[in-house]
Amino acid sequence: MTDFPWLLLMIAVPAVGAAVVAALPKGRDLLAKQVALGVSLVVLLLAVLTAIAFDTGGDRFQLTSSVTWIEDFGVSFALGIDGIALVMLLLIGVLVPVVIGASWNDELPEQRSMKAYFAWLLLLEAMMVGVFAATDVFLFYVFFEAMLVPMYFIIGSFGGPRRQYAAVKFFLYSLVGGLIMLAAVIGLYVVSNSQLGEGTFAFDALRQLDIDPGVQKLLFLGFFIAFAIKAPLVPFHTWLPDSGSEAPIGGAVLLVGVLDKVGTFGFLRYCLPLFPDASRFFAPFVLVLAVVGILYAALLAMGQSDMKRLVSYTSISHFGFIALGIFAFTTEAATGAVLYMVNHGIATGLLFLVVGMLIARGGSRQIGDYGGVAAKAPLLAGAFLVAGLASLALPGTNSFVSEFLVLIGSFPEEPVFTIIATVGIILAALYILLMYQRTMHGPARGVLLQEDPAEPAPGTGGATAVLTAPRRSLRVLDLSRRELAVVTPLVALIIALGVYPQPLLDVIEPAVSATMDDLGGIDQ
Amino acid sequence: MSEVLPAEGLLGASWLLIALPLAGAAVLLLGGRRTDRWGHLLGTATVVAAFVLALLCTFQLAGLEERSADVDLFTFISTGDLDVRAGLLFDPLSAIFALLITGVGSLIHVYSIGYMAHDPARRRFFAYLNLFVAAMLLLVLGNSFVALYVGWEGVGLASYLLIAFWYTRPAAATAAKKAFIMNRVGDVGLALAIFLMFAQLGTTSYAGVFGGVGTLAGGTITAIGLLLLLGACGKSGQFPLQAWLPDAMEGPTPVSALIHAATMVTAGVYLIARSAPIYDLTETARTVVMAIGALTLLIGAIAGCAYDDIKKVLAYSTVSQIGYMFLAVGLGPAGYVAGLAHLLAHGFFKAGLFLGAGSVMHAMNDSVDMRRFGGLWKKLPVTFVTFGLGYLALIGFPFLSGYFTKDAIIEATFDRDDWLGWTTGGIAVLAAGLTAFYMTRLMLMTFFGRARWEEGVHPHESPSVMTAPMVVLAVGSVFSGALLVSIFPLSDWLEPVFGEPEEAAHVIAPATIGIALTVIMLLGVLAAWLFVGRREVPVTAPVRVSPVTRAARNALYADTINESLFMRPGQWLTRALVWVDNRGVDGAVNGLAATLGGSSSRLGRAQTGFVRTYALGMLGGAVLVAGALLAVTAG
Repeated sequence: MTDFPWLLLMIAVPAVGAAVVAALPKGRDLLAKQVALGVSLVVLLLAVLTAIAFDTGGDRFQLTSSVTWIEDFGVSFALGIDGIALVMLLLIGVLVPVVIGASWNDELPEQRSMKAYFAWLLLLEAMMVGVFAATDVFLFYVFFEAMLVPMYFIIGSFGGPRRQYAAVKFFLYSLVGGLIMLAAVIGLYVVSNSQLGEGTFAFDALRQLDIDPGVQKLLFLGFFIAFAIKAPLVPFHTWLPDSGSEAPIGGAVLLVGVLDKVGTFGFLRYCLPLFPDASRFFAPFVLVLAVVGILYAALLAMGQSDMKRLVSYTSISHFGFIALGIFAFTTEAATGAVLYMVNHGIATGLLFLVVGMLIARGGSRQIGDYGGVAAKAPLLAGAFLVAGLASLALPGTNSFVSEFLVLIGSFPEEPVFTIIATVGIILAALYILLMYQRTMHGPARGVLLQEDPAEPAPGTGGATAVLTAPRRSLRVLDLSRRELAVVTPLVALIIALGVYPQPLLDVIEPAVSATMDDLGGIDQ
Repeated sequence: MSEVLPAEGLLGASWLLIALPLAGAAVLLLGGRRTDRWGHLLGTATVVAAFVLALLCTFQLAGLEERSADVDLFTFISTGDLDVRAGLLFDPLSAIFALLITGVGSLIHVYSIGYMAHDPARRRFFAYLNLFVAAMLLLVLGNSFVALYVGWEGVGLASYLLIAFWYTRPAAATAAKKAFIMNRVGDVGLALAIFLMFAQLGTTSYAGVFGGVGTLAGGTITAIGLLLLLGACGKSGQFPLQAWLPDAMEGPTPVSALIHAATMVTAGVYLIARSAPIYDLTETARTVVMAIGALTLLIGAIAGCAYDDIKKVLAYSTVSQIGYMFLAVGLGPAGYVAGLAHLLAHGFFKAGLFLGAGSVMHAMNDSVDMRRFGGLWKKLPVTFVTFGLGYLALIGFPFLSGYFTKDAIIEATFDRDDWLGWTTGGIAVLAAGLTAFYMTRLMLMTFFGRARWEEGVHPHESPSVMTAPMVVLAVGSVFSGALLVSIFPLSDWLEPVFGEPEEAAHVIAPATIGIALTVIMLLGVLAAWLFVGRREVPVTAPVRVSPVTRAARNALYADTINESLFMRPGQWLTRALVWVDNRGVDGAVNGLAATLGGSSSRLGRAQTGFVRTYALGMLGGAVLVAGALLAVTAG
């Protein structure tokens, strides 16, 4: 079963699916949706089968395949996954069908076709799988850049009122990061060429190089800046609140849930193993960015009046935790960081979806336009609460396990940074519960308020009629069956992975240990 | 600590204690309206079943030689050097808590059937209540600090949900949030203590930590002790994190009785008692525990004198009584048992008092304003008698429960015979007088004097489903003290946990303290009668009052201090940062883009030509790569 090209198939199926959806005749939106959902479910099945084929005690990279691509430059279409990549593939497999289900009835901007939206989503899925499955640095770079294209169109064509501004901003930031990384990729090739006699992009070969510390620092920075923009870490973050708030909800979920994780994945897969000396050299600097980001973004989240911007800022805060876990250089913290990447995708994904469902009902993204929704939509409020509690890492939810691991694993090595980061858990409670209270609790008010049809005034006298103020209530429908079907799997995962996370940890830990070995001598 | 043995028999199934109410909560929450008709019955049944199981487990435990059973369940988190197992520890300490939680919990569930009968969301109420019981049992039964932490935040969630139960009321929603946030401040302390244990000892299990704590440096032990204390202060409403507890009275009254009086808020006392092996090694941390206990018991007693809201008075009384418990456990081995005895007795009488207050509110159209009560003893005879017994127990009337348990704490405090003992002991005696004052004031304003009822109020006694639990708790209030102190001494039962009780050398003869306390108590009662009982109670609170009264009415300005120290600077900082992020960080980047790209508005307009530009960019990049690679390979 391990010779079967699982990974290639996981790229090809959504890519072909995207082409099929795009090629469907105009006006067949329903068919397009059904095909897209079917394709994404096939990918989920493939991801699960991949996980079954994966042997946690086996080689570092499994299900490998390699085809020479550009022979002259030693570029191969090489795929393979370690435990870290595997859990990311599972996350993609779960999130894409959920996103497609959630976007089923989206109201798109004028003249935009549903078909195109779903085609871009599937193409994005193919690229995301590729970026995590590539074991050739050049191939990784290609996917890294190519991933931008569908996301650019998803934001720029299907987003909110300022979508074009947001899309261009997203694109420019990513492009700048990508170009800097490209320079570093080429630099890496130059080094491999001089050390090995022939240039290569194969990760396993590059890992063995002994790079001069000065050169390491330069190359590290090249990769690091690209990843820090993608992740994003403060101060490279200002594109995310715009993209996250202007993107259609489905796009925002994949952007924050998966796409941004390429940055933190890159830290672990490329920065640490390829440039161990530089990683150690820059670690204090990265930790400062991480911890500042945790608090800074959390405070900013509290100050937002736009729900989607708020969730975007919470994500920046969470990425600070992930970066802390990675650059603390301990197995516990880094394992926690990888688990955090998965859990954050699920928890924040759900939070974005629920916020999107609320926005779909009220037509406004402003917190101040809602109030007392829980009374009319208990299921919506319940899902909102679960997502919020997972976001503030309450024990019993998945995020607790990862945040706890990051903090407890970082503490022995970096007590000061960890103590500061731990304060972030108070701020997380604040930004979540403030938003929840303002929208869900309190008396009914805001854009959803409507006057009830006038009741016949009791009595006949004019005086009583004056005294009878029109009764007003909220026009809110609770979650539909479709919305419930979208929300339920994520809620179930939040709780299941909060109570029994060990299977994922068993998959992640060997890959993290191997990375720590590459880093050499820090975590005994 | 005694050797921990794997559990057999019924004890091996003690995880069911948690699973039963948890399943109840799950069924009620997922079942939705279909379970409306019988939801409250199921919710009550799971807790009663848990109580029966807890009793059986305790009997089995009593028969064991080691009196300690370890129940290993599954691997929770294991990676690197960290290995956290999900497991329970059933020992005498967790047993008394399990009995308190499920016992008082059962009574309050029964009571709630009546109290919430007319609430359309009664099922949701029982679901949250079940959730609370499950989380609280995990807190006290877990065999590691991580398990405790999970339960710790779990009860925080249940408390949040129940304070905000009537969430359309802004005050309830705000109070719930405030409780959660202030608890989280404490949780940071608890979390850091756990991190420190792992960093120093490589484990978070009780057995591992308590076994290894002796090898640590004194400063580290003190740090762990103080961090745990921060957590305890948050959960137990102790200074400086006490301000959330009175606000939590926004929740339905059974919640106030169960969570914010009898069980959850005593979790801090449990934490310190459970961590005895740590505190035994750090005099400094113990001193701080005592100081905080003494300070809080005084703050609570002073504030309790000034409020007209019957639930708020009881809430400050809780703050104050938990202060006594902190004072006791801060004494170390001399005080653990006294603190826990007071905790159990308090569980009875304070839960009873709250249920009685709920019964009064039930009769008075949900009013809590004691200035609008008066003369209720005739209308609510059962409530009056049960409440009255709880009142006598709380103020330490001779031979009722509070008399024994509070006495023991004050005795032990004086027995230290140092400045700390004399100061804190003196404060405790003074506060005992205040306790008698504010509780008598409450009694007089509620049950005696002229009826000052609002129009349309027709008081009536509550149904028996509510009064029965009140009667049971009143019986407990009367006898539990004597029972725990002399008939079945708690010190013997807890011996496997805290060691053999030492025969203390008394500085003051116990009889002298008993008499002195009785005199002080009577003085407090007398003062209340002079100030309140003798004259007519005005239906609105007097405005022109002394600064002392004003300070007491504002609970010594705890909220004001929190607001001006944290809330307002925080809001200001947040606003400033939002401005900086939009104008500064983002502005700089946009400005850079503008300089490079012509005008910043072009960024917004550049869409039609963008795809072309992009394609060009890709092409340019590809050429660049190809060129570079050629150069490298050629060179």
